[in-house]
Amino acid sequence: MQPAASTAIREPEIRLTSAADGGTAVALSGAWDIRALQARATELGRALARHARATSWDLTEIQRIDHIGALLIWRAWEKRRPAALALRPEHEALFARLGAPRETSAARARADWLEPLRSLGDLAAALAGGALEIVRLLGQVMLDALAVLRDPLRGPWREISAGVYRTGAQALGITALVGFLIGVVLSYLSAEQLRDFGANAFVVNIVGIGVVRELGPMLAAILVAGRSGSAITAQLGVMRVTEELDALAVMGIPQSLRLVFPKVVALAVAVPLLVLWTDAIALAGGMLSAKWQLGIGYRTFVQSLPAAVPIANYWIGLGKGAAFGALIALIACHFGLRIEPNTESLGAGTTRSVVAAITVVIIVDALVAVMFSGVGMGLR
Amino acid sequence: MKPLIEIEGLWTVFGDSVVHRDLNLSVAPGEVLALVGGSGSGKTTLLRQMLGLERPARGVVRVFGIPLHGVPAAQLRRLRKRWGVLFQEGALYSALSVFDNVALPLRELRCFDEGFVRDMVMLKLAMVDIEARHADKMPAELSGGMVKRIALARALALEPELLFLDEPTAGLDPDRSESFVRLVAELRRELKLTVVMVTHDLDTLVAAADRIAVLAEQRVLVSGTLQEVVAARHPFIVNFFLGERGLRALAALRPLTPGGAAGIR
Repeated sequence: MQPAASTAIREPEIRLTSAADGGTAVALSGAWDIRALQARATELGRALARHARATSWDLTEIQRIDHIGALLIWRAWEKRRPAALALRPEHEALFARLGAPRETSAARARADWLEPLRSLGDLAAALAGGALEIVRLLGQVMLDALAVLRDPLRGPWREISAGVYRTGAQALGITALVGFLIGVVLSYLSAEQLRDFGANAFVVNIVGIGVVRELGPMLAAILVAGRSGSAITAQLGVMRVTEELDALAVMGIPQSLRLVFPKVVALAVAVPLLVLWTDAIALAGGMLSAKWQLGIGYRTFVQSLPAAVPIANYWIGLGKGAAFGALIALIACHFGLRIEPNTESLGAGTTRSVVAAITVVIIVDALVAVMFSGVGMGLR
Repeated sequence: MKPLIEIEGLWTVFGDSVVHRDLNLSVAPGEVLALVGGSGSGKTTLLRQMLGLERPARGVVRVFGIPLHGVPAAQLRRLRKRWGVLFQEGALYSALSVFDNVALPLRELRCFDEGFVRDMVMLKLAMVDIEARHADKMPAELSGGMVKRIALARALALEPELLFLDEPTAGLDPDRSESFVRLVAELRRELKLTVVMVTHDLDTLVAAADRIAVLAEQRVLVSGTLQEVVAARHPFIVNFFLGERGLRALAALRPLTPGGAAGIR
């Protein structure tokens, strides 16, 4: 097939001769294909461009040529076929294709000076739209809950129990580790300060209230948002990419009942349980540190806990846990269902889901702190 | 002539099941080889082994005379610039526009300026009949047929000598699939390509393939022109080519292809 299969393939070469009428004749030879040109494309392109005005071109000595080589030469001709051109018949098709009239791509959009303002507006609209969408999702989940209450046998119990296992049981290790370390650190830092005032016994109050009311629920919620929120978003996103969501829709299976409702319920159940667990481990860490730093015995610590931490704090912590869990699931599902079928959107959606979940958890925590400021404070 | 692809004594084993048992196959330069076989016969696995994406349990795969396993990574990278692959679903990068998808392999070479890349991409898109106004679209906005043609443009971006097509016409309407076959034939004539394709589509097979290799019973049952393949009276072949569906396709194409299998016109 190769015309010069027997002779060796040579490097691309440009030869110049003076033509009879005083102009320059350019003769090209060798291999003008990607393999040969790869290293020298820029250099050869420039050399060719210098002879753009040459009177005649001889391309018959070219051994091999492909689109890359043809385009390089074509560009040197300023995209016009020169008048005097000698070409092998088998190379004709290549240049014919280059010469074929083509519409050029639309010009790039010009700079938009209002872009920052516009994107700020877009962001605000997206935030408002997202909030509305989440409220709508919550309403749908409520309706699903009513439907399940009316006909409990048809509820997605299997999915809920699997969700509790995945988001709760499998998170016990990491929440224990983080809770324990936070308990130790909190107790250690408080002890340092309290010792100066001779108020050693109050370390139980600080660690107890701090952990049970604030840190336990927050730690559990943030870890769950990072662990399970991202997983839920990514799972729903991939279901969109693989058209599984559409398959559910055409089978008449409600997305919210099968996908959103079980996740919301599972997290609303699992997070309070995780809160209890994190509380216990963090208090154990605090107890260890108090013993080590201040010499407060384990028995003393445990016995003074009920007085230092009224039971209302536990209820607040548990309630926050349930609310955080449901919120994380709602936000994760919201972002998951809005992912478009491409990889970029999947990554961006997952990131946004985790950031939004953690932010909302902290905002809600602050609201609860203000609302319940008079409840469960022992020392009044 | 020295074969472009040589497969010798290839075994593929998944767990307990043997997919290929001592399989041999070679592809000569300039030919269009079609791999056919029932589902589960390991066509796609064999294709992936020729691409070096999967490693056979035993045996050697040599492409351009270079074994795909046990050679330095740099040599393998150079080898991979010499072939183009069209995946079944196109496998366009969903985060990049049509233009950037085709431009990516050219930009990766880092030896052409942006103006050249632009002209080249537009040329390749024109070759596969994609209008310039689609260049800024994202893959998610395109129909299946367009995705395939753009993926072909991307596969051709580096002027490959060897082209792998995995089910090139699956999911295309008959009209589109016919024009796709014509396109591949045209490109093959123009660029002197060697083509290896996996296909189920009898029309494509009859119209485009020089040689057909039938995978069954864990090996290449028979390979040759359509007549030679049909002459081998194996149940799979009888069912595939001489079943009602097969006969219909062959009968419809016979007047168009004098001599039966001399495919590309």
